[in-house]
Amino acid sequence: MSGRAAAGAGPSPAASAQSVPPPAAAAQVDLATLFADAQVSDVLDELDTELVGLAPVKARIRDVAALLLVDRARAAVGLANASPSLHMSFTGNPGTGKTTVAMRMAQILLRLGYVRKGHLVAVTRDDLVGQYIGHTAPKTRDVLKKAMGGVLFIDEAYYLYRPENERDYGQEAIEILLQVMENQRDDLVVIFAGYEDRMATFFRSNPGLSSRIAHHIDFPDYTSGELGEIATRMLGQMQYRLSEAARQALAAYIPRRMGQPHFANARSIRNALDRARLRQASRLFRRRSGAVTRDELMTIEAEDLLASRVFDEPGPGASDAKGRP
Amino acid sequence: MRITQGTFSYLPDLADDEIRAQVEYALAQGWAVSVEYTDDPHPRNSYWEMWGNPMFDLKDPAGVMAEVVASRAQFPRHYIRVNAFDATRGFETTRLSFIVNRPRDEPGFVLRRQEGAGRVIRYTIDSYATTAPEGRRYG
Repeated sequence: MSGRAAAGAGPSPAASAQSVPPPAAAAQVDLATLFADAQVSDVLDELDTELVGLAPVKARIRDVAALLLVDRARAAVGLANASPSLHMSFTGNPGTGKTTVAMRMAQILLRLGYVRKGHLVAVTRDDLVGQYIGHTAPKTRDVLKKAMGGVLFIDEAYYLYRPENERDYGQEAIEILLQVMENQRDDLVVIFAGYEDRMATFFRSNPGLSSRIAHHIDFPDYTSGELGEIATRMLGQMQYRLSEAARQALAAYIPRRMGQPHFANARSIRNALDRARLRQASRLFRRRSGAVTRDELMTIEAEDLLASRVFDEPGPGASDAKGRP
Repeated sequence: MRITQGTFSYLPDLADDEIRAQVEYALAQGWAVSVEYTDDPHPRNSYWEMWGNPMFDLKDPAGVMAEVVASRAQFPRHYIRVNAFDATRGFETTRLSFIVNRPRDEPGFVLRRQEGAGRVIRYTIDSYATTAPEGRRYG
């Protein structure tokens, strides 16, 4: 508590009053230096190495980062630079990494100085829309205030607009969002996320919203190879590994799971791995032979994966991994 | 007569950037910031009207500044203050409170004397402003 008390003196009110004279316009700026100064490359490289696939998304984010950097360079040589509209929409199927990329986006914008704090506030309809008249506006404003200085991520944004109910309060939330997106562009960046087709309908019915969003980024589905890579990384993070047979079982599992309804890309893979861990745990437990080695605790065997329900149905042309006719 | 209440009250009125810096500090300490207003400047008037709910979980002063601007637009001739509440156990109290808006013309106070039993005199002060009904003070 003493540390707090010591800090209690606070900034002196005069401290912020010193105005910095505008820098003299230089004739040239070194983009490479600017790039290095912003430390954006770290985040971009992380994005490349830590996220599997998503090539078009990564390319778009590099484009956006380049645009912002060039804007800063323009400002440095004294050229006009209108503060760019940074509101975005992320469309894609469930589990394609929209939230993860949004978090990275917040970091990139922070490094480039387009948001002040770089935090991400993730909300859905329930956090914005109230339950009775007069409830929506304060609720939406509260969320907006929390997101200021960072990024507001609205997941499944199309639920805000319910055309079948003309008295729906979602419309009110959209209007407040629009107003803040336009007037306080420097204070926050809004990212709308959702499934592609429903987002398209949503933007069609709210043209004002669509025209204020500069960057529409589409997240493609992962290929089965990419999903396998994701699974390996997830297991690595949890300090598990696959035996050779389990690796083959997983390779057989992924295309089967992809063919099933409610397939949610990386999220489905995470769930499958969680279930495999569950089976591994009960397999070890059933054995009851006392000592387990570190290796056994780490290894997921083929049977842990093959017990999955997807192998009960005929696969999409793939040979039956259980070896049944 | 210029009212002096709360932190920084003997300094010139804070400019918006200075208010922002103070709010930034309060948020960095994890305090919840709120805005309050009144047109009764009596020093014992502790409970001002709340301008909306206190703002929790803010990261950036922009949200508070927007409320300050909105409250000034609504009540240009009221006293408006910004409070920062510390919920830490042991404090659980307002840690910072300062005035961010005041009437252009502050008429000050009258000292009233009341003759008591014997030759006792009781003193009290009244703001000239409060002779008018609430909401119609300060022109």
